[in-house]
Amino acid sequence: MMDTKVGSIDVDAVREQFPALHQLVNNHPLAYLDNAATTQRPESVLQAMDNFYRRDNANVHRGVHTLSQRATDEFEHARATVARFVGARHDHEIIFTKGCTEALNLVAFSWGRSNLGPGDVVLVSNLEHHANFVPWQVVTQATGARMVPIPIHDDCSLDLTAYRSLLEGGDVRMVAVKHVCNATGTVNPVAEMSRLAHEHGALVTVDGAQALAHQRVNVESFGADFYSMAAHKVYGPMGMGALYGREELLEAMPPYQTGGGMIRSVSYERTTYAGLPDKFEPGTPYVSGAIGFAAALAWVERVGIDAIAQHERSLTEAATLALQTVPGLRLVGTAAGKAGILSFVMNQVHPHDVGTILDTQGVAVRSGHHCCQPLMARLGVNATTRASLAVYSTEEDLERLRVGLLEVVRVFGGPNGLD
Amino acid sequence: MGLTRPSGNESIPWRRDILLEEVLRSGPNTATAQMDLTDLYQEIVLDHGKNPRNRREMPDANRTAEGYNPLCGDQIKVWIKVEGGIVVDASFTGQGCAISQASASMMTQALKGQSEAEAERLFEAFRGAVTGGSMGSGCDHEEEPTCDEAAIQDELGILSCLTGVRNYPNRIKCATLAWHAMHSALTAGERVSTE
Ligand SMILES: Cc1ncc(COP(=O)(O)O)c(C=O)c1O
Repeated sequence: MMDTKVGSIDVDAVREQFPALHQLVNNHPLAYLDNAATTQRPESVLQAMDNFYRRDNANVHRGVHTLSQRATDEFEHARATVARFVGARHDHEIIFTKGCTEALNLVAFSWGRSNLGPGDVVLVSNLEHHANFVPWQVVTQATGARMVPIPIHDDCSLDLTAYRSLLEGGDVRMVAVKHVCNATGTVNPVAEMSRLAHEHGALVTVDGAQALAHQRVNVESFGADFYSMAAHKVYGPMGMGALYGREELLEAMPPYQTGGGMIRSVSYERTTYAGLPDKFEPGTPYVSGAIGFAAALAWVERVGIDAIAQHERSLTEAATLALQTVPGLRLVGTAAGKAGILSFVMNQVHPHDVGTILDTQGVAVRSGHHCCQPLMARLGVNATTRASLAVYSTEEDLERLRVGLLEVVRVFGGPNGLD
Repeated sequence: MGLTRPSGNESIPWRRDILLEEVLRSGPNTATAQMDLTDLYQEIVLDHGKNPRNRREMPDANRTAEGYNPLCGDQIKVWIKVEGGIVVDASFTGQGCAISQASASMMTQALKGQSEAEAERLFEAFRGAVTGGSMGSGCDHEEEPTCDEAAIQDELGILSCLTGVRNYPNRIKCATLAWHAMHSALTAGERVSTE
């Protein structure tokens, strides 16, 4: 059996903690390579969420009774855990949301609608997920501002020269950029981009969905004004996310949604709002989700984010080499220092056919446009197949992928092969 | 075995060594995969997928519609020329997976010479045959008195080679994309989505 110890991670021990990994799919052991869509969850996360409902369940910030106090404490402890994990200065700079999408929308609608006007420019990178693209399109159209793309190079890295001249063109108020691209694995230089933006009087909103589980995140050192997260992409629950926002920015922003729990006082004449973070969290929050999110981050901290990054980096290198041996396969996204996301197209074979053939062999990948249609258009493809890694990925998974792709070649090869 | 019930993957207590043994015992990957795949990717489907027939624009078409699959972003346009109630020519344009290309290709061949009513009837029969499996018994359509393979074969002829897709629920839309566009071209002549 091959050595699955890479870096300082004991992959076998890690895998044992993820119940969903251990099943047969179409008579093959599951090789789960769709981690950019969502990761699996370890026992400690499942248990933390289960414990909340079994033991501490009550609404938060509402009652004086013991259970309500426990629930509130755990909820706020979760916020502190997220704040610490991303290096926020204050816990109340973390707003819980229902996902990365809601966090990104919060910035666009709350900050954008109250700060943008005719003549203003929002730079949106050509790599953006629809979740950090469509909100800015809607808000710029509503406010009379303009949305301008930051172009990319053919290897899917951002064109920083073009970025600089766009900033120098003036009027840029906001830069919307991904930390790590879910479709190509590109890791953007968010610290440098923030510095440049700030020099030109613009703010930066970073979509951190694909970064949190895979590399160290520190919003202070990045200089990010906003940073959005999804719990389910970092071994936590679905339907849970968070927005980091710099205190003074969040304080000046109007509520995104309104209702109970976010007010100071309400009368027919007027409503005043609570302070941070409550102002942005109306209604009963997803308390067990926050608890699961925090448990997931604690789990990542125990394993060690640097060890995880190292493990995924060496697998990414191995995967890149392995994929290049498959006839007719072309990698999409080859930027230097890319993350463990391997997107590719195969000559004359549609990604959906690739995905189906891999699935019959128990290999789970994603095929599609990855919610990045403007990027697909730039690359001249409709869709790609994507294999994405996580802490529990192994060389064996990669070998299964490689063998599965050879099966694709066999089925579709025909007399002329795929080249 | 196979993908017949996507929800039916047994969750079993895991032991890496046992699973690996099991895989080894079941032979090389390709052996099992091949069995699963041939009902979907039959030779004729692969042939039409690679060399689609009637993939061309038709400037003098009098019925057109587009089909869009939001899942993969694939888009197909169907062009039909109807004269005196008869489909005298049918073609399609657009890219897609092997299943959607083959389905569109074979559909355009099947349509030629059919009356509009016959084309509609073929649409119903095809849709019934490829979605049947995903609804459980394969026999959900009341208007269709029988679901036995022979009857389907009879009704659909060569098109029945696409019915294997019913065992792959997340691929059914690929097979029906062109058909929905055709249906829409004949009835409303507008853009449809398989959503
Ligand atoms: C880069 C990126 N941004 C945003 C999202 C949206 O995250 P969520 O679905 O959790 O809202 C995703 C995930 O699909 C993503 O990959």
